[in-house]
Amino acid sequence: MEPILTAQNLRKTFTLSRKQQQMEKTNQKVKVAVDGLSFTANKGEIFGLLGPNGAGKTTTLRMLATLIRPDEGDATLDGISVVKDPDAVRSRVGFLTGELKLEDFFTPNYLFDFFSDLHGVSSATAAQRKAELFGKFGIDRFAEVKVGNLSTGMKQKVSLVISVVHDPDVIIFDEPTNGLDVLTAKVVTDFLLELRERGKTVILSTHIFSLVEKLCDRVGIIIDGRMVACDTLPAVCGGLSLEDRFFELYKDCKGEEA
Amino acid sequence: MKNILTIMKKELRRFFGDRRMLATLILPGLLIYVVYSLMGGALTDAVGGGGEDMEYRVLLHGSSDMISAVTLNSGVNITYYRCPDCTEEHDRDTAATGISEGSYHAYMVIPEGFDNAVMTYDPAGGLPAPEVKIYYNSSDADSSAAYSTLLALLNALESSMANRFDVNVSPDAGFDVATEEDLTGMLFSMLMPLLLIMLMFSSCMAMTAESIAGEKERGTIATLLITPIKRSELALGKIAALSVMSLLGGLCSFAGVLLALPKLMGGEELGAVDASIYTVGDYAMILCVILSTILVFVSLIATLSALASSVKEASTLISPLMLVVTVIGVSGMFSGGAAHLALFLIPVYNSVQCISGVFSMSYEPMQIILTVAANLVTAGVFVVVLTRLFNSERVMFKK
Repeated sequence: MEPILTAQNLRKTFTLSRKQQQMEKTNQKVKVAVDGLSFTANKGEIFGLLGPNGAGKTTTLRMLATLIRPDEGDATLDGISVVKDPDAVRSRVGFLTGELKLEDFFTPNYLFDFFSDLHGVSSATAAQRKAELFGKFGIDRFAEVKVGNLSTGMKQKVSLVISVVHDPDVIIFDEPTNGLDVLTAKVVTDFLLELRERGKTVILSTHIFSLVEKLCDRVGIIIDGRMVACDTLPAVCGGLSLEDRFFELYKDCKGEEA
Repeated sequence: MKNILTIMKKELRRFFGDRRMLATLILPGLLIYVVYSLMGGALTDAVGGGGEDMEYRVLLHGSSDMISAVTLNSGVNITYYRCPDCTEEHDRDTAATGISEGSYHAYMVIPEGFDNAVMTYDPAGGLPAPEVKIYYNSSDADSSAAYSTLLALLNALESSMANRFDVNVSPDAGFDVATEEDLTGMLFSMLMPLLLIMLMFSSCMAMTAESIAGEKERGTIATLLITPIKRSELALGKIAALSVMSLLGGLCSFAGVLLALPKLMGGEELGAVDASIYTVGDYAMILCVILSTILVFVSLIATLSALASSVKEASTLISPLMLVVTVIGVSGMFSGGAAHLALFLIPVYNSVQCISGVFSMSYEPMQIILTVAANLVTAGVFVVVLTRLFNSERVMFKK
């Protein structure tokens, strides 16, 4: 197994406003979102980050995708540091999260070409990939419909396709099936499996146990910004179901019933 | 470079593909033309001069005890001058030069033996009444005021005497010595800077806020930020596209104002206000100034918009700026010209002074060069700031 992505001691804090302090009932001005997180993802595997809401999954992924900078620690992708050379990292990863929206005004067809240009994909390659991906996700019939007029599921599919216009080696997906109906969710998970078959590395975050059990080769469980377990699925579970094992870990960590 | 073009093309496509946005560009110019044309000469009277304590200097030829008594007792501060060596009446051109130079405000010619002639004049006799001639320059506010004051006094006197004399009735005598250039220059140099600056600012404002704060608000800018393009390319691409669009809007408004002003001043019949007195060179200068000013506006508004998390917040941030720009624009109406060269290094203020200078035909090329250079440097500084903001996660992902 060849490691492709290594996160070392990632730490990220956010400053809380007075209002946020009141809401969280705390006097601390700084909230630690990710606290010394380390893990490694290997080439050609699907790595899952599992954790409850607010555990720091999305923050971790945003740091890996160079959208935000870690306060401490670093992560390397193919040996390239996300802190020192974010531009080079960006051309090698695809990132999909609900936070990244597409402009309603444009059509999927135009946006695909636009982002291909920005990623420096040649127009011939872009056209070929567009035909293939649009066909696979059924976007071809809506290629000339403005994004604003598409259904939620179709929008998500277009976002997914746009996030991989440059055929990246590492694909980072934040809650990829959130808000999707079962049919669309299946299209997405099938696509993730297909990416793995083609030797790509997928990092995904989720709070859905079944998704991890179905897709992931290895899993890291994050609670309160810390990695409490990280290994292959059977090793993490140790004979229990993932769900039972998760609550056990949660109890150990918090010292109370979840 | 290629990325800058890609971003630029996207922005242009965004705006040109949207009919409503396009309309906001072109409408102001069109509206100005229509509204100003309809308003007609309403504004002519508003271009006033004089004032309570104004001393009117009037060069007098001939004499009349009657007129002297009336004007001197009226409470209006009129001082009569006599030209010591003149026995003959001045011709129109000499009068015009004197008024333009400001040595006196009006030149009044009273025919010889006026008082007697008036007394013995028989209105029923069919002969022309004795005539008082007053030369003045309507493009000079003070001269214009002097004329109206004199005319009002003399008209009052005339009616009290059963119309036994006339004022300025000779046809084609050209009592108004203002040239076409004088009048056009005055009107354009007063109104153009304010109008142009305001129109440019507003055409930049809507689009820039939409393009930067709007993209932040909708979360679409993050999608751009995870592509490998440089933040500086994003900043330059956006500013270039927004400037092209604002320039287009600015030019539409400029054309609207240019075509409408003669109508506004009711000058078309008189042939008094005519934009064709300016050369291609003059317009080229204006264009340079407009373009550099738009770059300043766009980069400045873009920077403020990047700080805002929504279009609404951006407008709130920009509105005080709008006020400042308006005040600077108004300053162009009262500027005497011949300002210190260093003043042309102040962005926006320099643009106002240049536009005013070009239209009043009193600019120096150095002023334009300094203005364009200062504006380009300012815009460059804001591009750097904007790039930094695009790099700052605290600014870009603030909720």
